[in-house]
Amino acid sequence: MNLLTISGSPHVHGKESVQKIMWGVVVAMIPLAVASVLFFGWNAVRVMIISVAACAILEWLIQKFIMKTPATVGDGSAVITGLLLAFNVPSNLDWWIIVIGAIIAIGVAKMSFGGLGKNPFNPALVGRVFLLISFPQQMTTWPKAKELIEQVPQAITAATSGATQAIEVVADATTGATPMGIIKGGLATGQDVSDVVAQLPDYVGSLIGQHGGSLGEISVIAILLGGIFMLFRKIITWHIPVSFLGSAFIFAGIMHLINPGLYIPPMYHLMFGGIMLGAVFMATDMATSPMSSWGQVVFGIGCGLLTMIIRLWGAYPEGVSFAILIMNAFVPLINRAFKPKRFGEKVK
Amino acid sequence: MALRTFKIGGVHPPECKIAEHAAIEELGIPKRAIFPLGQSLGAPSVPIVKKGDMVKVGQLIAKGEAFISSNIHSSVSGKVFAVDDYLDASGYRKPSIIIDVEGDEWEEGIDRSPNLKRDFSLSKEEILNKIKEAGIVGMGGAAFPTHVKLTVPAGKKAECLIINAVECEPYLTADHRLMLEKGEEMLVGVSIIMRALEVSRAIIGIENNKKDAIQHLSESAKKFQGIKIMALKVKYPQGAEKQLVKAAINREIPSGKLPLEVGAVVTNAGTSLAVYEAVQKNKPLIDRIVTLTGKSVAKPSNFLVRNGSPVFMLIEAAGGLPEDTGKIISGGPMMGKAVTSTDIPVTKGTSGILLMTQKESKRVPVQNCIRCAKCTTACPMGLEPYYLAILSTNENYESLEKEGVMDCIECGSCHFTCPSGRPLLDTIRVGKNQVGKIIRNRNVR
Repeated sequence: MNLLTISGSPHVHGKESVQKIMWGVVVAMIPLAVASVLFFGWNAVRVMIISVAACAILEWLIQKFIMKTPATVGDGSAVITGLLLAFNVPSNLDWWIIVIGAIIAIGVAKMSFGGLGKNPFNPALVGRVFLLISFPQQMTTWPKAKELIEQVPQAITAATSGATQAIEVVADATTGATPMGIIKGGLATGQDVSDVVAQLPDYVGSLIGQHGGSLGEISVIAILLGGIFMLFRKIITWHIPVSFLGSAFIFAGIMHLINPGLYIPPMYHLMFGGIMLGAVFMATDMATSPMSSWGQVVFGIGCGLLTMIIRLWGAYPEGVSFAILIMNAFVPLINRAFKPKRFGEKVK
Repeated sequence: MALRTFKIGGVHPPECKIAEHAAIEELGIPKRAIFPLGQSLGAPSVPIVKKGDMVKVGQLIAKGEAFISSNIHSSVSGKVFAVDDYLDASGYRKPSIIIDVEGDEWEEGIDRSPNLKRDFSLSKEEILNKIKEAGIVGMGGAAFPTHVKLTVPAGKKAECLIINAVECEPYLTADHRLMLEKGEEMLVGVSIIMRALEVSRAIIGIENNKKDAIQHLSESAKKFQGIKIMALKVKYPQGAEKQLVKAAINREIPSGKLPLEVGAVVTNAGTSLAVYEAVQKNKPLIDRIVTLTGKSVAKPSNFLVRNGSPVFMLIEAAGGLPEDTGKIISGGPMMGKAVTSTDIPVTKGTSGILLMTQKESKRVPVQNCIRCAKCTTACPMGLEPYYLAILSTNENYESLEKEGVMDCIECGSCHFTCPSGRPLLDTIRVGKNQVGKIIRNRNVR
């Protein structure tokens, strides 16, 4: 006779697991990885491999020799951090800078807090911001997206509008400013909004990813594909992306209405820079975002507003990373302030 | 129109209703029957027989003397072997009456004919008295004495009777078969309860995975006044009282209150049949329908079982204990209790026996909480299971009470849904017990 197992209820478990969720996120990032290779060539592959390998190996080493806990590299979360870090750096970044980023991301931001789920800040963003501050020049010298690929969207845009000048402006150099840099720099030197806008890629080109920038921030379509997959897989909910992008759009729109001569149309703020990558892949990180739906909306709005404040009035052209990290710090408070509605709670 | 259901939380465990087409079979008479004295909620019953006494089927053997307690009748005839401790589903030895069976001699006055009887002439008090005498308790699992539930306290008014025929637990099919095979008897029972409560409206809530039962009862219900069959969208834990009231009449029972607070009374399908038998046939609660099921069970079945029959009898009748049995559960897989032995008896609250394979018996490995918030989304009470678990671990009972741990209905949706396989409910239960003790002590003072 077998011995019977005794345990508390429930005696069945759902199909979801940490592994499935984490590898699901990795799958959601495939379109973005493919897009980055298309635009930046083998250099993108190089950055992603170095970053993912460094993150995974570091996590394994730290668990094996310092924490002396079972290895959890197989759960895929280090791979996510590695990919996100890669998406947040230029494709021509030196290998050793990437490794330093990985050390900060995994070593400091993740493992020193106890590993998976215990980190208050998004590890990839901590790594990214560390690099941005420590290596400002290397981190802001962006190679242009590849010419070869350019011809496809150019053909599309030429067919639809005939206006390809915008792309050609940016296509001059092999490295160049990002759209956010063009905006910030242009406005700072007193150019008119319409002149600045003329230097930007058009909507179609930017949807596909036709401009300079970090590996993963340029192709809006690839990001949205990944986001839709994660929504469908119930890895993320709509609350954070929609409130993040919505509040940024509304805020930028109000500023544009107040002074169209000084503030660019709000749509550009959604198309360029890291806001799409941030809203879909970074702010939605489970461990560092609030637990309740309302909390997530508040968190998203905070991210959106802070991003815009930094973009419009801060020293940096881009504010997504800082905005998310600052809101990460508010998560414990948000969790206490915005709780789910209890059943049978008295309605006031 | 979209089917109704409750709004907050809920999960969708695989239904696994593998015994749903197995017609109810009479199990037969055990050699020895065991009647634990504490088989309903409230105070244990007081035995009125002693070792060596001869008893008949349907004879009162233990009285419910406290306000919340219930009578127990023998389901067999024979000689009282002992009034002694015996292992029950809790895993502990509890005071029980043990009867060695001799023959099958019934008390006089019990109508054992299969004829349907519809006699609505009894008064409210007479009905309640018969229910109390018959020892009827809620048969969905909690086993709350029915006569107490149906006695509306002064100042409160019942408006609507809701019959819980949801059977949202995976695997269990006892209520499903009952509705198909004894639907009219059940409806008579419902009508009697309506009289006892003086309400004109009853809603029978059935999840939409039992379409044949919904159709069958809808047809039969035309012969009864004020009974409405309501198909509900399948979602666990819809059979929980508060969730069912919300789904059926869209009213939210306040925290810590009973359904009567919103004018509702909820009783179970099996209980309604027991009321029919008690009031119309003079038969006390001595048997019930029990599902014996599991993926490896040779013949998943629904048995009409005499209370006190040992569980191994059901297992043998369903083709014996499968080789790979790793866990035996009294009840369903979400809220049922893992038992320690097949010797334990079927009691008034036993809705099913589930035999799980060794593979199914093992829990998934526990990982770090990734703060995915899936437990918070799944909790049908709108609580934050991850946080309650942390507070329980930290023994922070003051905060635990503020965070509503006493509202937890222990449905297990949090643990079920947790990707990290964290034993959230285990942990919360420990804290909830402590908070319960603290509250009771405070009330005493």
